[in-house]
Amino acid sequence: MGSGSLKISVHFGGGAEILFDNLKQHDLELPLDNGTWNLKRLIAWIRDNKMKSKQELFVKDDSVRPGILVLVNDTDWDLLGQTDYELCDGDQVHFISTLHGG
Amino acid sequence: MPVSCTTNCGRKAILRRPKTGTSLCKECFFDAFETEVHHTITSGKLFFPGQVVAIGASGGKDSTVLAYVMKFLNDKYDYKLNLMLLSIDEGITGYRDDSLNTVKENKNDYQLPLKILSYQDLYGWTMDRVVEEVGKKNNCTFCGVFRRQALERGAVMMGASCIATGHNADDIAETVLMNIMRGDVARLGRCCAAITSSDGALPRVKPLKFCYEKEIVMYAYFRKLKYFSTECVYAPNAYRGHARNFLKELERIRPSVIMDIIHSGENLVFQTGIKTPQQGTCSSCGHVSSQELCQACTLLLSLNEGKAKQGVSKKSHKIRST
Repeated sequence: MGSGSLKISVHFGGGAEILFDNLKQHDLELPLDNGTWNLKRLIAWIRDNKMKSKQELFVKDDSVRPGILVLVNDTDWDLLGQTDYELCDGDQVHFISTLHGG
Repeated sequence: MPVSCTTNCGRKAILRRPKTGTSLCKECFFDAFETEVHHTITSGKLFFPGQVVAIGASGGKDSTVLAYVMKFLNDKYDYKLNLMLLSIDEGITGYRDDSLNTVKENKNDYQLPLKILSYQDLYGWTMDRVVEEVGKKNNCTFCGVFRRQALERGAVMMGASCIATGHNADDIAETVLMNIMRGDVARLGRCCAAITSSDGALPRVKPLKFCYEKEIVMYAYFRKLKYFSTECVYAPNAYRGHARNFLKELERIRPSVIMDIIHSGENLVFQTGIKTPQQGTCSSCGHVSSQELCQACTLLLSLNEGKAKQGVSKKSHKIRST
């Protein structure tokens, strides 16, 4: 397995950005030393590296909390295998909360 | 591998609809979403030509999508409605002042007249001051009762004959569950209706009644609509929050659950002889009320007399009118 990195950008919206210092876009370089990255691994990585508190408002049971929509390159993750989707270089991942406001 | 749009239009699907399980491209999704709202409006006879409609606009996702779609359908199908935006400024620093800016953008983007009415002007109290007075436990009761009446008063001032709100399918399913859990049979019986009216009060209509929250957010995302999504700075409605989380977890297992709960709510048959409140008018402000004094005036009186700290009595929960 060759090392190197996977460059993706992660976007938070619909109020989910509040959990990430109100920063909507995060450009990430993920190490490829330990194999490929699927969305399940990315969600766990975000929880462990980008959140200081309130992890339960983003993560539940190895996935996002129900009510947070996930899109990869503007496609609903329900069409992509959800947490099993394998990330590619340049992917744009959106996490959009439906749980805020009305 | 890309999934194709179920309609065989040849385009790539961008979402799976929770209601039907079908996969649609962006264009077919817009069309399906808008057509369903159109059907809700026409089959439920929610409006009539020439009607002045006040759209309750908070700047949030639901009312932003509602304003956009109402404007779009009014133009497309020539409903001949006179649409206006009505916003209530509760006086919550860092929350409503920001969201009102979003409503002002909607006003310009959609070219609809906007009226903003404040709790301060109507009641002499901002929610910031109410919270100082009553604390963070019961403040949502004050806010909800005041907003309901404020919308009514604002709509009357605008010459509107109905109020359209952005309540979506998830909201209604939550309300069914909450009414069951509270044993509130009177509300359970009417909470699913797309149009609710009581003598003297303006009818309230819910054109987004069958729209899933997921689709509303996806619609706003793909239409690039600007909306405001910060949570209210005061204690959230904890009871609704539990119902909401429960529903969202069920939805993940079985997406149709939201429509199924609404279907159940619509088809419940109630025993005759259950006492429902008689509608009259408030002796103080003249608005519709099932009691001598309406709930807004009761709460206002308690604030002005400095008695609101004692909390909201259980009795006042039972007299809320729809």
